[in-house]
Amino acid sequence: MSESVNIISETETALPRSKPKVPLKVRLSKKKQKLIMAILTLFAAASAVIFLLPTVLTIANSFMSASEINANYGLIFAESEDGGKEYIAEKINLKFIPDMVSFSQYYTVLFKSPDYLLKFWNSVILVVPIVIFQLVTASLAAYSFARLKGRLKEVIFFVYIVVMLMPYQVTLVPNYLISDWLGILDTRAAIILPGIFTPFAVFILSKIMRRIPVSLIEAAQLDGAGELQIFAHICMPLCKSALFSVAILVFIDYWNMVEQPLVLLSDTNLYPLSVFLSQINSGEIGLAFAVATIYMIPTLLMFLYGEDYLVEGIAYSGGIKG
Amino acid sequence: MKIKQNKPKAPKVKEAKAKNKKTSFKKFLKSDAAFPYLCLIPSLAGVLVFFIVPFFVIIFYSMVDNPINKEFVFLDNYISVMKNTAFRRAALNTLTFSAISVPLAVVLSMLLAMLLDSKIPFVSQFRTSFLCPMMVPVASIVLIWQVIFHYNGALNDFLSNFGIERIDWLKSTKGQIVIVVLFLWKNLGYNMILFLSALNNIPKDIIEVATLEGAGGFYKFFRIKLRYLSPTILFVAILSLINSFKVFREIYLLTGDYPFDSLYMLQHFMNNTFRNIDYQKLSSAAILMAIVMVIIIGALFIAENKFGEDVED
Repeated sequence: MSESVNIISETETALPRSKPKVPLKVRLSKKKQKLIMAILTLFAAASAVIFLLPTVLTIANSFMSASEINANYGLIFAESEDGGKEYIAEKINLKFIPDMVSFSQYYTVLFKSPDYLLKFWNSVILVVPIVIFQLVTASLAAYSFARLKGRLKEVIFFVYIVVMLMPYQVTLVPNYLISDWLGILDTRAAIILPGIFTPFAVFILSKIMRRIPVSLIEAAQLDGAGELQIFAHICMPLCKSALFSVAILVFIDYWNMVEQPLVLLSDTNLYPLSVFLSQINSGEIGLAFAVATIYMIPTLLMFLYGEDYLVEGIAYSGGIKG
Repeated sequence: MKIKQNKPKAPKVKEAKAKNKKTSFKKFLKSDAAFPYLCLIPSLAGVLVFFIVPFFVIIFYSMVDNPINKEFVFLDNYISVMKNTAFRRAALNTLTFSAISVPLAVVLSMLLAMLLDSKIPFVSQFRTSFLCPMMVPVASIVLIWQVIFHYNGALNDFLSNFGIERIDWLKSTKGQIVIVVLFLWKNLGYNMILFLSALNNIPKDIIEVATLEGAGGFYKFFRIKLRYLSPTILFVAILSLINSFKVFREIYLLTGDYPFDSLYMLQHFMNNTFRNIDYQKLSSAAILMAIVMVIIIGALFIAENKFGEDVED
């Protein structure tokens, strides 16, 4: 604190002396500043293109017909089978715009190969319960972390943070062990149950609930509201946007899961699309782009409609010391 | 802060609990004050059952010779895991990857945030495009990475225009470069948002006063902004560290169970060990990792405390 106080006090006394400097400096460098701005904007635009490109390419490729995909990428994906396929092109051909926009891949995925839809459904059935129940248990727990006081609560909260910070390589072993004991190994419950109790949502929600002014709660208590009413009528409505953002963050995290199914499920029929997509065989590369695009639709839609919530949620998550 | 103010309240409830007379405890359960306690039960029970209790069991497992015999062998399992060449390779690769990618993730995302903070036009569009990768499932994007980084792929094609030899990106020591790029591509956006909100929270008057005083950009950045950003730097570093362990996803989806040596990560090792259900190996490896994580995160906390103590609020 002392340092920043010093900055203020020193500069305040020095303020009048340095005042005339400013306009002069600004005027002199105005042209230069404009140039710098232009360069920065250009740089930002170039990075934005790099950030967007892979996604755009995937979507664009999903509208190519099977033969076009094979002609473009045969060199890459045919190799894994026997290498000697007749349609292999000399060069690979990374293209934005299909020769002819075709929905044939989507048609095949949606109506002819039920396997992909089944895996998509597997993803949904794993992720949706995790998101819903994690939000329910987390908002309850967050309320008690925000309302309760004392040493024990702090210790428990610390344990939550430690669990949250552990990578999958650590947490999967206890998860595996307990699933084995409970006899739920190789079922969806082995992924869903630990997923529900991952402390991430508790962490963010309790940070937000702690910001609710005490005076508001005290006023409600004076009006005769019990704890349940405070939870339901004060905390929950104030956390609405936070709940949205946590839901989005949890959803993406699990929509992306790879580690858990590989370890906890041995039946590949239960695999979510996030794992299955990589096991697609080289003959169906055309389909793979369409499936990949379908798989990103839910998250991209959330992004489109919930970007502000998402940004807010990320900003809330900052700072472990909270 | 709040906690200290209200401390006198806590013992009251505790007393009620400690009385332990069934009637008073039942009364407490039914009372309104019990609600916050009851709220914690589902979550706490879940965390205990799925994380904490089995974690203590694996500590036990890591110190016995096998789950049936249960003969105490103390550190033998740890020693054998540390001697295991696959584990060493995996640990070394993972550490190398984290050591390269975490600082890059911190610095680059801070630069991106400052770029968007520098009053350039189209800020919200840029923000959207930087955030977009985090919303795209790894599985969806892996195909394009394959097209780009394959031996016959787009990148080599492009580089050959400049007379650069083809490189087998995914099946050589260059693989680490590829996954660092993929990691940064995916994670910079999230980190950038954290820095943006931290930049917004720097008291404007301090910066203004420093500007009036004639402080240069460098001074303002290193002496003022960086101090206010230091908690965020800590958080982004920890977050990137955790996320750096998730790069397994990209590697697995790109190269499968047995990637090139330089891409063999701890999660690969764990997966292969899970397949043999070798509890001793698994649990000692997991606990070793947990210890290393605690040490690294603890060190980061201490470093941040030293650096940022002046601006702690």
